[in-house]
Amino acid sequence: MPLKILTGNYAVAEAVKLARVKVIAAYPITPQTTIVEKLDEMIEKGELDAVMIRVESEHSALAATYGAASGGVRAFTATSSHGLLYMHEVVWWVAGSRIPVVMAIVTRAIGPPWNIWSEHSDIMAQRDTGWLICMAENNQEALDLTLQLFKITEDERVFLPGMVGLDGFILSHTAEPVDVPDQKVIDGWLPPRNQPYVYEPGKVFNMGNLPASTKDNALMRYDIQRAMEKAKQVIKEVDEEYGKITGRKYGGLIECYRCEDAKYFVIGMGAWCGDMKEAVDTLRGEGYPVGLLRLRFVRPFPREDLNTYLRSCKGVVVFDKSVSFGSAGPLYLDVITHTYIDGIKGMQVKNYIAGIAGMDVSYKDFTKLIKSVVNEVEEKGFIERKVEWFLG
Amino acid sequence: MAKPEIILPLSYPAPAAAGKTGTWRVKRPVVDHKKCVKCRMCWLHCPDGVIGINEEGPEFVTIDYEYCKGCGICERVCPVKAIKMVPEV
Repeated sequence: MPLKILTGNYAVAEAVKLARVKVIAAYPITPQTTIVEKLDEMIEKGELDAVMIRVESEHSALAATYGAASGGVRAFTATSSHGLLYMHEVVWWVAGSRIPVVMAIVTRAIGPPWNIWSEHSDIMAQRDTGWLICMAENNQEALDLTLQLFKITEDERVFLPGMVGLDGFILSHTAEPVDVPDQKVIDGWLPPRNQPYVYEPGKVFNMGNLPASTKDNALMRYDIQRAMEKAKQVIKEVDEEYGKITGRKYGGLIECYRCEDAKYFVIGMGAWCGDMKEAVDTLRGEGYPVGLLRLRFVRPFPREDLNTYLRSCKGVVVFDKSVSFGSAGPLYLDVITHTYIDGIKGMQVKNYIAGIAGMDVSYKDFTKLIKSVVNEVEEKGFIERKVEWFLG
Repeated sequence: MAKPEIILPLSYPAPAAAGKTGTWRVKRPVVDHKKCVKCRMCWLHCPDGVIGINEEGPEFVTIDYEYCKGCGICERVCPVKAIKMVPEV
């Protein structure tokens, strides 16, 4: 297992190569571009036996990827920001078809005004589409999650597409040492392509035709929801197996950092969780009983796993790097909803909408914000302003 | 409601998923085979593919009335007015 110095984007490209992807469709957009550039280079050098389709838009990029996947091969594309929004229609189409596809999303803010820095609005805008959605914390996890996602999406209990998110520039263009597994190890672990049906000459059928009854249509929707629930178990199993072959497992849907005996929890996802860990360490050093619950997956939402920890806590701080205008941060909304479903009450939940437009939030900021929430709950027993913007 | 297997949005060719659509017809196309010049314009334009061509027999054009919905396009495109829409009663 050679250690390589890789950017997050190159780590994703290595994972795609290890998964023996056969078709890649590409349309460039910052900060995603170097993923497909690297894959094209691998194809040109003869290291990867795949076809590169250069398309005229992101809408076509996902359509071509989906078409290839329907034909029975592993297919891949990557995008960011406006590109992801442009493919939004096809995003739904792929999930509805139940054809597994893996796509990397290098998260970036949405204009206007123009902005290339990392924010989670693009990937969070896809959370109702029926795709599995996960985010990496570092370059190693970007590689590991991409590989895991191929296996998860192709499991017959799931048969749904999946997006792996990595923060633009913070991961995508920053180099770190990454352990790249041996091809033989991955070949022994990742089975040949598996999908519910394959388009091939001579087989006559149609996908997505008008159903004879709207009830059939509703049942197909219901089945996506059911597959999402089943995916929770598959995600844990795959993470467990992956741990056995590579020595790295992350905890399935969530990663718990210093959660033992914690009375307060910080919840977040993506690269800035590294800074949150720093803040948790600092606060633990000062005697604050704080832990971090890092969401690896937001779809399916890890209700059961989170609630195991939240059931007996005093307070939660949810950091959102995107906002649902007119409401609150989407992770906050999910945390509130899913604790309510399990009848958990009594704890205070604070939402910070931060890092918007890629504004830097340092571990010192996290320390200060988390501390203020803990102190407020300890002093008053409740949080006055539940949803707040942090603007530096 | 829960079935063990996955529910897929797939459809397969089957005879008349919507039933025998000929019953929707208000007017039926009737061919005057003496006027027909075998140009195949009706066959080409029929949106339901119910017009058949019989190269050998005396009636060059045949219409499948079980599925013809009576739209009248064949009457409109016939260059020699060999097809007439006759009310179904």
